[in-house]
Amino acid sequence: MEALLSITGVSKHFGGVAALADVSLAIERGTIFGLIGPNGAGKTTLFNVLTGLYTPDGGEFTFDGARVADLKPHRMAARGIARTFQNIRLFANMTALENVMVGRHARTRAGVFGAIVRGRAARAEETAIAAHAHELLDYVGIAARANDLAKTLPYGDQRRLEIARALATEPKLLALDEPAAGMNATETGALRQLLEHIRADGTTILLIEHDVKLVMGLCDRVAVLDYGRKIAEGTPREVQRDPAVIEAYLGGALA
Amino acid sequence: MTFSDRWQSLKRDPRIAWGAYAALALVLVTLPFLVGATAGNAWVRILASVLLYIMLALGLNIVVGFAGLLDLGYVAFYAVGAYCYALLASPHFGLHLPGWLLLPAGALVAGAFGALLGAPTLRLRGDYLAIVTLGFGEIIRIFLNNLNAPVNITNGPQGIDRIDPLQFGAFSLAQSHDLLGVAVPGLYAYYYLFLLLALAVVFVSLRLENSRIGRAWVAIREDEVAAAAMGINTRNIKLLAFAMGATFGGLSGGLFASFQGFVSPESFTLIESVMILCMVVLGGMGHIPGVVLGAVLLVVLPEALRYTGDLQSALFGRVFVDPSDLRLLLFGLALVGVMLLRPSGLWPSPIRRREFAATE
Repeated sequence: MEALLSITGVSKHFGGVAALADVSLAIERGTIFGLIGPNGAGKTTLFNVLTGLYTPDGGEFTFDGARVADLKPHRMAARGIARTFQNIRLFANMTALENVMVGRHARTRAGVFGAIVRGRAARAEETAIAAHAHELLDYVGIAARANDLAKTLPYGDQRRLEIARALATEPKLLALDEPAAGMNATETGALRQLLEHIRADGTTILLIEHDVKLVMGLCDRVAVLDYGRKIAEGTPREVQRDPAVIEAYLGGALA
Repeated sequence: MTFSDRWQSLKRDPRIAWGAYAALALVLVTLPFLVGATAGNAWVRILASVLLYIMLALGLNIVVGFAGLLDLGYVAFYAVGAYCYALLASPHFGLHLPGWLLLPAGALVAGAFGALLGAPTLRLRGDYLAIVTLGFGEIIRIFLNNLNAPVNITNGPQGIDRIDPLQFGAFSLAQSHDLLGVAVPGLYAYYYLFLLLALAVVFVSLRLENSRIGRAWVAIREDEVAAAAMGINTRNIKLLAFAMGATFGGLSGGLFASFQGFVSPESFTLIESVMILCMVVLGGMGHIPGVVLGAVLLVVLPEALRYTGDLQSALFGRVFVDPSDLRLLLFGLALVGVMLLRPSGLWPSPIRRREFAATE
């Protein structure tokens, strides 16, 4: 079966720094693909390229059977790549429910005319948006906070809300940038269950994470970036034993 | 049951709500007669301009309050609407197109200008956006001021006078009419027309606020990168905000031209943009009742302060502070006070606890 996402030879330079150099990956449908690497390895840069925030200097990019040419963030969301952010980027002064409702934007149509006239179709769509948003809040386990402003939610719930908002776009690929950062062991355990649920429900996940235990326990495949290059890829077990990975993480002298 | 619970349940009671709306409607309908009889028709004029500024402030509220785009040149769209009406319904070109056509046309032209002037600013935010929009506002005014040579289009600083009053069929808003044996001056007819349109603008604003488009605007205000990642075409949605806001501005401009019978570039200076922005900020950015309150206060209070001159001479036998100086002084103090004590405006939006059908 064809991979959901495959990139070939993607590079991205910032001035003289090669944030990504000739990176190739393929992510199979229905899997959790882990992306790890030391700080500054280029993980988030790769995310930003995949979600259209950065334009790559070169390389090929195929998603869901089609070549991706115009990399605009909103087009990528419409294609089916949704993401969360390393430093949470919620709509702080909107309620949790409204945050998720915004996520429905790309899958709904009502324009200015529909909003003003509010005919039958527009009303039905609006009700469906709210219902779907409620379901998703329930799915990630924060239904009780639906009407609270996003900025008043506790940290762990904000991470969950970001995931719910991303899921509202009906992504084929859910890209999570360090979802467990700053979480304690209990919260991480609950997050792991949530991600397993999402995978079981058929959404492919691309996961950047520093929590090695979480990555090794959860991911089907793992790729390791270092200085913008992919230095290893395989099952978690293979990657763990790879001497190049050990050297990248622990330094050459210890390897 | 606490007081606020009781208040909430009172507000939910449909009979109370309808009663309140009916009372409000009665007040708004009888207001010109009450004010005209007690304070004179000059104050009815002020009421009409309150309504004009409510429309302007609600238009700017879409750009600044909802979408978070700080626009300091908003008065340009007011000017576009006003000149559209003035040029096509005055002896200046000898054209006398009907007002019912010119009002929507002026609004549309202003909306197009909104998108046109918005387009180059899409990559800017915050202070930089403010500076560029301020520049655009001035460009429009300077054009109006200088387009009298070599071909006289706008009649320059002299402005355009003898603009046709609004007329719907045989019903002219310039004359007084007999209504059930009571003579209703044309001024009152303008008040009612402005009231109707202001209510329409409030209605459209409310509908837009609670819609897919309104949420997209607020999302862009809160975090543009995240909004784009959620599938919002930020370019189009921002242009839409500029265009919608400008449309309201253009509509008010057309009404202003027909109401005053005279327009000149002097009516569309930077300070006018600043005043409209103050109405939005002072009232409560993004909160429609707050913005309406801001517009009412900032039109009525300066007019009321004119009377302090009489008051001073009555009390002290002479005028200590020129009323117009006092207005600026108090205005400055009010701004500082609001920014210190109520930085989110006099009437900001409460944390909304909306109940959707799905939870019930």
